[in-house]
Amino acid sequence: MVHEMEDEYVEDMEVEVLSSMWPEDIDEAGKKFNVERPGSHDNMLEDLAFVEEPSIVDFKRLVELTSYSEKGSSQLAYLVQNWEYKQENAVRLLREELESLSKQQREVELKKLEIFEQHKFEEHSYAGDKRPVSVLDGVYEIFQDIPRKRNDFIVEDKRLKIDAEYDTLVYWKQQALELRKQLEASVQREKMLSEKLEESIEKLEKQSSPVEELSQILKRADNFLHFVLQNAPVVIGHQDKELRYRFIYNHFPSLREEDIIGKTDVEIFKGGGVKESQDFKREVLERGVAAKREITFETELFGAKTFLIYVEPVFSKDGEKIGVNYMGMEITDQVKKREKVAKLREEIAVQKAKESELNKTIHITEETMRAKQMLATMSHEIRSPLSGVVSMAEILSTTKLDKDQKQLLSVMLSSGDLVLQLINDILDLSKVESGVMKLEATKFRPREVIKHVLQTAAASLKKMLTLEGHVADDIPIEVIGDVLRIRQILTNLISNAIKFTHKGKVQINLYVVVDPYSDPQEPNLNTGRSSVSTQNGVILDERAENGSHSHETVVWLRCDVKDTGIGIPEIALPNLFKKYMQAGADTARKYGGTGLGLAICKQLVELMGGHLTVSSKEHVGSTFTFVLPYKVSHVCDSSDDTDEFGDMNDNESTDDDISCGIFQFQPHTLGSLFTSNGPHKERISAFPDDLYTIPCSEVNPKEISILDDDHSCLTSPSSKCNSENENTTCTKTEKQNCDDVSVASRSPSDHNFYNSGEARNGEEVIKSVTKPKILLVEDHVVNVMVAKRMMRQLNQDMDIVNNGAEAVRAVQNCAYDLILMDVCMPVMDGLQATRLIRSFEKTGNWDEATKAGVEPHNSLSFNQKSEKSRRRIPIVAMTANAMSESAEECFENGMDSFITKPVTLQNLKQCLEQYVE
Amino acid sequence: MLKGAKTGVPLWLLGFGAVRLRTDMNRLLSLLFHQGVLDEQFLQLQQLQDQSSPNFVSEVITIYFHESEKQLRNLRHLLLDREMWDYVKLGIHLNQLMGSSSSIGAKRVRNICAAFRGAVEQNNRSACMRALEVLEHEYCYLKNKLHELFQIEQQRVLGDAVRYPGVVHQQ
Repeated sequence: MVHEMEDEYVEDMEVEVLSSMWPEDIDEAGKKFNVERPGSHDNMLEDLAFVEEPSIVDFKRLVELTSYSEKGSSQLAYLVQNWEYKQENAVRLLREELESLSKQQREVELKKLEIFEQHKFEEHSYAGDKRPVSVLDGVYEIFQDIPRKRNDFIVEDKRLKIDAEYDTLVYWKQQALELRKQLEASVQREKMLSEKLEESIEKLEKQSSPVEELSQILKRADNFLHFVLQNAPVVIGHQDKELRYRFIYNHFPSLREEDIIGKTDVEIFKGGGVKESQDFKREVLERGVAAKREITFETELFGAKTFLIYVEPVFSKDGEKIGVNYMGMEITDQVKKREKVAKLREEIAVQKAKESELNKTIHITEETMRAKQMLATMSHEIRSPLSGVVSMAEILSTTKLDKDQKQLLSVMLSSGDLVLQLINDILDLSKVESGVMKLEATKFRPREVIKHVLQTAAASLKKMLTLEGHVADDIPIEVIGDVLRIRQILTNLISNAIKFTHKGKVQINLYVVVDPYSDPQEPNLNTGRSSVSTQNGVILDERAENGSHSHETVVWLRCDVKDTGIGIPEIALPNLFKKYMQAGADTARKYGGTGLGLAICKQLVELMGGHLTVSSKEHVGSTFTFVLPYKVSHVCDSSDDTDEFGDMNDNESTDDDISCGIFQFQPHTLGSLFTSNGPHKERISAFPDDLYTIPCSEVNPKEISILDDDHSCLTSPSSKCNSENENTTCTKTEKQNCDDVSVASRSPSDHNFYNSGEARNGEEVIKSVTKPKILLVEDHVVNVMVAKRMMRQLNQDMDIVNNGAEAVRAVQNCAYDLILMDVCMPVMDGLQATRLIRSFEKTGNWDEATKAGVEPHNSLSFNQKSEKSRRRIPIVAMTANAMSESAEECFENGMDSFITKPVTLQNLKQCLEQYVE
Repeated sequence: MLKGAKTGVPLWLLGFGAVRLRTDMNRLLSLLFHQGVLDEQFLQLQQLQDQSSPNFVSEVITIYFHESEKQLRNLRHLLLDREMWDYVKLGIHLNQLMGSSSSIGAKRVRNICAAFRGAVEQNNRSACMRALEVLEHEYCYLKNKLHELFQIEQQRVLGDAVRYPGVVHQQ
């Protein structure tokens, strides 16, 4: 019975001990290790074979660590505490047991006393036979061993059942026997218990060794750690204050224990990152704060690898730093991936940014293009009908009108021209901006340009302003440039100046400057040469017939347009040349305008290789200055007049004003604009010789002869000098060519022409001395009709032939003042015909023509006239496509100019004025 | 409303339709301008017409049509000739057509001619065929529209003559 109880107890005890094999409160104390109770999975650990090599331990250091470092000591203390607690528990249990035993003993003693009192008298008689007190002591001892929980156990029978009669001898004997038996049993039990106690004590002693238990626990933890870490790319280490390794765990070791322990990083490895990691560890040690860092190593030992390193300082119990714990994990692949991803993200971001930027640009460009296109289209749409209006007005002005009507018409024309100009501005601007604008190189006379611009400005002047032009003496008579654009610039600047000037004068100064882009030697040479050519008329450079310029010099001319107007506030200067910008909002309201003029000027000037600047003082005046390079043209003889500006030209512009340098236009009253006598011709005494005064509203005074119909020129050529203008008295009678009266001419009638295209030669007609002879070479009926009709509008008559060969024959027969030559024709094209004509002019014979198959059919007239006809005839090409290359082709073949088809009244008129007048 | 309305005589004979006819003409012209069929050169042509030659425009246009039809025939003939690819002749015909078209302001015909010439220069026969078809189409369109225009013009002139009977005789 007692034995059974004992077993139970032992079992309980064992459970207690087993549970304490694994420190339970490790779990509770911080959940550092989540480990299952080992009891159930003991086998699991046994299955695993741990290779303990990777862990290299400096055991001495470990002991030091556990005894000195705070963490170690706390760990130790913790284990000890646990153990103590367990022992205490066992002791407590034992104590309780002891207590219960002593209690029982006391009860037994009490009972014994009772029995003794009952049998006092017999005691001595049986004293010899009875067991000594020590037996009872033994009972007492036995009862001591009985654990408390068996308190309810009744040890003894309260009453002994004795059959014998009470108080008889038998009774007492029987009782004594019974008691003796009981005593024996008791002694036996005592013996057993004491044995058990000894065994228990022994066991307790065996269990009570804390070192063993601790090492077991540690080993178990170690095993778990190994199990967990066995494949992890992790290096764990401890380094002391000097950063020498004291412990390292590395599952994939490349160095032996003795190579590492006691050495620092720097001593072990060499290469990139080692120093950094060492410094990092030192930093952590110094700061005393744990930190993480990513370090890329580049060592010979294991190549390029990136480690994420965690370093924490280790403190001793007194808070002194005694080293660092270090844990590194290889994250090379992750870093690579991360970098790749980052790179990708970056690229994507860049791409996106680019894309959006591009989209924006495209959008803006599209918008701009559309806006420009719309502007250009609109301008074009407006221009077409407007040019109709203006052209009609022009035609109207050539019909019979009275004075007032003519005046009104001229105003109408000038207004129409103004609007056209504006629209052309817009178109120009979009042309320049889109890079389509092409510059032409034509010969022109700067003096005349200035004169004309001033003249034009004066014509529409409604203010009391003096317009002056000063051209320096050393300006070449003729230069080459895009005269239309230069005029455009000048006109723009002048009209601006007039617009913003209320009193005083507007002035144009033109003089030669040194080349702003080259060394100072060159321009001096230029000016020197050009002045020579100007003053002496010396031909420096013979210009070839076909217009190629072999030795050209460049001269830089500076042109100031100066006014005494309201000036421009300094703040407005930067925006002045921007599109649609004016000096101020009120300026626009007060003075009107689109704000395009200066922008166009600037762009044009820059397109021509020059620059436009402005200087201004408010309320004093502004000066716009542009400097442009020009090629210098060298004229071979003065009669080769290439006046470009027939439109406003009056016939007085003869040789004497070629070199004239100063022009002045005095203010006149508004009313004078509308008087028939128009201009106030005033001579300023200060400039008695050079002064050039311009009549402001002079009507084109060219002689006008009217032929009733086409046939009249064939039969009775007559010149009717029709002086429609009272003040126009000039009728040209001395044209160089007009003295040869007996010029052969073929002027086919419409009727003949349409019936057959064949040439009719030999019809000699005496031409009017006053009319220029014009030859139209054109193969197409419709074009011929239109051109002829236009010529009639312009009061000119002309001969018509159908191809180049006929043209050559016509030239052989008759001296023409102008040839309008279609380029593309059957039989012989315009280019060849021109070449042949030019060759004749050069050599005086028609050999080339003969070679080409055009026989001079009338040798008599040819001989007679050969001398006189050798004058260079202006030949104007008519081309269907306005491409520049075909223009060049024309010039190369000796043509002087070209008209783009369709031929309009305007360009026909210009052409006539340029070459015939 | 109009006093002449009850006379039973056609309105234009009384001259009242003149305004309407003029409007019609302008509308038609502006349509042609808007479509790019004509350009300002046509206006020039009209300006060239005066009292000395009141039918100048229609004369020129009639000749133009006469000539152009010949040229179109030639072009088609040249293109359909499979054996010969007469580059030069094609070019000449095209140039002529282009020149005359631009002279009367037939802008679209002219532009198609230019494209046609480009195709000829590139020796692209199929492009040439296409261009020719477009050209013929454009030409017919132009012809119809101009005929319409001249008809209105004629009516208008008649109307003017009715209204101002003196004018015609004075000329």
